[in-house]
This record gives sequence, C-alpha cells and structure tokens, in this order.
Amino acid sequence: MSSTVTRSRSPMAPPRSFLWSRRIFLTLLTGFVLVPVYVMVSSSLKPLADVSGKFRWIPSGLTIRPYIDIWSTVPLAKYFMNSLIVAGAATVCSVVIAVFSAYAVSRYSFRGKRVFTVTVLSTQMFPGILFLLPLFLLYVNIGNATGIALFGSRGGLILTYLTFSLPFSIWMLIGYFDSVPRDLDEAALVDGCGPLGALFRVVVPAAIPGIVAVAVYAFMTAWGEVLFASVMTNDATRTLAVGLQGYSTLNDVYWNQIMAASLVVSVPVVAGFLLLQRYLVAGLTAGAVK
Amino acid sequence: MTTTTATAEAAERTVRKNSPGAARGPRRTGRIRRIGLPYLLLLPALVLELLVHLVPMVIGIVMSFKELTQFYIRDWGTAPWSGLDNYKVSVDFDAPVGKALLDSFFVTVTFTLLSVGLCWLIGTAAAIYMQGTFRGRGLLRALFLIPYALPVYTAVITWVFMFQHDNGLVNHVLHDQLHLTDKPSFWLIGDNSFIALLTVSVWKGWPFAFLIVMAGLQNIPQELYEAAALDGAGMWQQIRRITLPSLRPVNQVLVLVLFLWTFNDFNTPYVLFGKTAPEAADLISVHIYQASFVTWNFGTGSAMSVLLLLFLLVVTGVYLLLTSRGRKTADV
Repeated sequence: MSSTVTRSRSPMAPPRSFLWSRRIFLTLLTGFVLVPVYVMVSSSLKPLADVSGKFRWIPSGLTIRPYIDIWSTVPLAKYFMNSLIVAGAATVCSVVIAVFSAYAVSRYSFRGKRVFTVTVLSTQMFPGILFLLPLFLLYVNIGNATGIALFGSRGGLILTYLTFSLPFSIWMLIGYFDSVPRDLDEAALVDGCGPLGALFRVVVPAAIPGIVAVAVYAFMTAWGEVLFASVMTNDATRTLAVGLQGYSTLNDVYWNQIMAASLVVSVPVVAGFLLLQRYLVAGLTAGAVK
Repeated sequence: MTTTTATAEAAERTVRKNSPGAARGPRRTGRIRRIGLPYLLLLPALVLELLVHLVPMVIGIVMSFKELTQFYIRDWGTAPWSGLDNYKVSVDFDAPVGKALLDSFFVTVTFTLLSVGLCWLIGTAAAIYMQGTFRGRGLLRALFLIPYALPVYTAVITWVFMFQHDNGLVNHVLHDQLHLTDKPSFWLIGDNSFIALLTVSVWKGWPFAFLIVMAGLQNIPQELYEAAALDGAGMWQQIRRITLPSLRPVNQVLVLVLFLWTFNDFNTPYVLFGKTAPEAADLISVHIYQASFVTWNFGTGSAMSVLLLLFLLVVTGVYLLLTSRGRKTADV
C-alpha cells in the first residue's frame, strides 16, 4: 500500500492522494490565473485585424505597433505622470503618518488609545460611496470659500488616497513595532536620544520590512483606485484609472492598444509587488495576522 | 471652511516641529511634553481621518435628510429639509426606486456570499498545498499573486475583452472550440453578467485570501505537526485537526475583511459594465452611484448610503459577537 511506501521514506512525507490532488488543483489554478495574463500579453502584440475578428490563441503575426500608437491615441504619458505624482505623494505621506501613529500606539499608554485604533480601523468598513458625495461637496465648497482647489486637483486626490491606505498601514505597523524589543529604544533613550530619535534611529530601521510592505500596499491602493478618480479629476489631472477608458469610447475599439496600454500601466506595480512580496508576507506574519 | 485649513496648517506645524526636536535631544522632554507626545504623533492621522472620512460621513447623514437635487449643489446648505422623505422613497418597495434598491441589495448579498466563499476556499486550499517544498514553488507563488498585484482596472479591462461577444476568448472556447452553446452568448448584458462579475471578482480576490492564510500558516508551531505525526495522524488528518483549527483567528478577520470589501466593491462592476450595470449584476455601490450622479439626486443617494452603512454595522456587530463567542467555547 502506498502508506507503507511513503512511511519508509520519512514519517512526514505526504501520502499519494495529497500529492495528486495538489498537482491537479495547482495546475487548474495556474491555468485560471494565467489565461487573462496570456490574453493581455499576446493581444498587445497582435495586429488590429486579429483582435477585431474571432479570437486567436496564436497571433497571425507579431507587431510592436500598438506600443507606439498608445501614446498618441490618448495622452497616456500625461495620465501616467498624474498617476505617478498622485500615487507617489500619497504613499510617502501615508507611510510617514502611519509610522508616527503606530509608534504612539505601540510605545505609549494614553487615554483614548482604544478609541483611536477602533475608529481608524472602522473607517475601513465604510462604503466608499457613502463619503464620495459629501467629500465631493466638501471639496467644492472648500474651493469656493478659500480658493484652495481640492476638487479636480491632484492635491485633493492625494489627500483622499492617503487616508484609504492609512488604517491598514497603522494597524500593520503597530504589530510590527510591537515585535521590535522595547529594550532597544530604551537603550537609545538612555544614550541620549529623544523619543523621536529612538523612533528614527532604532525602531524604524528594525521595522524596514514592515514599512516597505506598507508602502507597497499604499502605492497599489492609490494606483488602482477608480471611483474617486472618475469623479474628482478633470482633463488636466486625469489618472490612468480613468484615462485608460479613453481607448474604448472612440468609434473603433483598439483592443490591441488597450491591452498594450494595460500592460505598460501594470508592469511597474506588478514588478514592484513581486519583488517586494516577501516583505509583505513577513509584514503580515509579524503584524496583521496574530 | 477656514477651520479645516487651520487644522491642516496645525498638522503641518506639528510635523515640522517634531523633526528638529528629534535631532536636538532629550533635555526638553519635560513631563508635559511626554504626556502630550503620543497625541502629537497621532494628530496628522486624526486630522486626515476626520477630514476625509468622519466629517463627510456626518455631512452625508445630514444630506440624507435634505431635498438635495442639482439646483442646490453649489450651496447645499440652503437645500430644504425633507425629513424622512428620502428614506421613505428608498424603502418603499412597491415603487420603482425602492424596488430597484431591494433587487440590487439581494443581488449584492448573493454575489458577496458566493465570492467570499470561493475566494476563501481557493485561497486556503492553495496556501495549504503550497506549504511543503517542491520544485517551482517560488515561481508559482509569484504567479498566483499577479491578479492581486494588477491594478483593478487593467485586470477588469482584460476580462471585458475576454467576455466580448464577437471577438472574446470565452465565447471562442465555449462555442467554437468546445461547442457547449448553440450560439455565442452575451456575457456583459443580461443574466450571464452575474457569472461574469463573479468570475472576475474571484479571479481578482482569491490571492488576498491566499496571502493572509499563507502568513497565518507560518505562525502554527511545527511541534504540533510533529506530535500529531508521532501519534500516527496522516497528512489529511493533520490538516483537519491542526491546520484548519489553528487558522480560526486568522479566518475570523479574513472573512470579515473580504466580506466588507466585496460588498462595497465599486471598481470591478464599474469597469466591467460602465455607469449602468445590467440588472442581474447591479451591485449596490454602482446602484447608489448611478442614483446620485446620473440623476443628480444626492439626497436619496445619501439616504441609501446611510442604510447601507447601518446594514454593514449590524452585520459586522453580529458577526463579531458570534465568532468571538464561538472562539471562547472552543477554548474551553
């Protein structure tokens, strides 16, 4: 029987039923995951005739034309720049603010600590649609009253996006900071660092993986958001999330260009994410999942 | 609105004040400073959460009691009070508006339960299968995370292309290659749109469950498995008796987060279907968005949003109550 065979190899060796079901399951799952990725990559290299007619698994010919045309069909470079500025600024602000908050919660006991963490976390459950309308009106009215253009500007979008990633970032960093031994920053305090010196010279360097993970998360959140981008931007400040829809509102739908543009837009985030994913898993293990 | 700018400036000042303080050293950390410091550190986060989440939420609740149509957008304070009218319209299930909201609600509940269930199942299975070491494991893990890493709109646009009637992959495979259907189906309109939405949502969502469960698995002490193996428990038994029970606390949070995200999801249906979703896939977020921005009736839209929030609060409360009680009895 198979169990005696496996037992003779090692007491921990998985049985054959496990190995087979694993093989089947992982193969099917890989197919499910990869088919859209294949469609994206292959279609971006097809001539227009291939993507307008019946779907073809194998392209009739390969061309890099779509990658040249995408920049002129819609002002993709401008959208790209807008997204980069908005997501970059939102990430930096979100991480800095989350570091301060998580340090306070992790290292100090003070009145209202629980109220703070619960309130911040519960904002995560709000439906975006609930505060979209009021925020829209709030930004318009702040603009009318003070002349600070929040509505339609990159600033307003940065402000909005950074609060989206803030709750999760704070939550995750609290767990991460908790796992940095207190003795370390107490030693730094004895050596003459202020509390903020201890934060930046001891706690932050020890929590770099967690901070990287949080930054990745914040950037992805801002880069992929559609709802607020579709309401709060105008022609000058439009981000990729809305701009990409420009390819399909034209008379002809240039699917090869859409796929090429999607790929160009995705590669930076996907590459960054895959490079840094081990930090995210480590960050989740230390922080969120406990 | 000068108060908001004032607080924003205050927040900026604290940040500026803190950074040189860090370099200057400990001498000035007096008693008052020490008590105030945690609050100063929290201030930026607090101000921003207030400005972007809590104040708008209060405004939203106020708006839901007003007759806020397009004529009052510029100066919404002057819109007349309408009492509970907006709520009455929203829950009058005999009239078209209320009926549509109720339908959308049921579609959303069904969709959410199926999507969360499938995401959790696939994510957990994948995480458990990927525990051992085998060739290509690292590569596979990276591949599995791609759907999660892709920006929502590029992923969904790709699915839109695949679901096209004439030139999409799905019809090509089902109709031309496997001959499963008599004629090519429409996926983005009509009843099939529910299946399309569910497929995209699961494709996009399961890697998150995978990621969290994978992290949770690393916190299960290896000794438990060793002890079980010594007692003669096989692989499947170890999974059932050790792995799944140990994942309980992780699952408690994971399922709740997945539920809230899926229920509130706007990006996926909006990119998949555009401004008006087909009835079979009319998720509540898009429904409210449409009710507010297409008809410019913010009052009714706000009332619907408040009802949605109340529903989510109740569900979350009951869920937390039930799961933490279950946890306590399990511990005993």
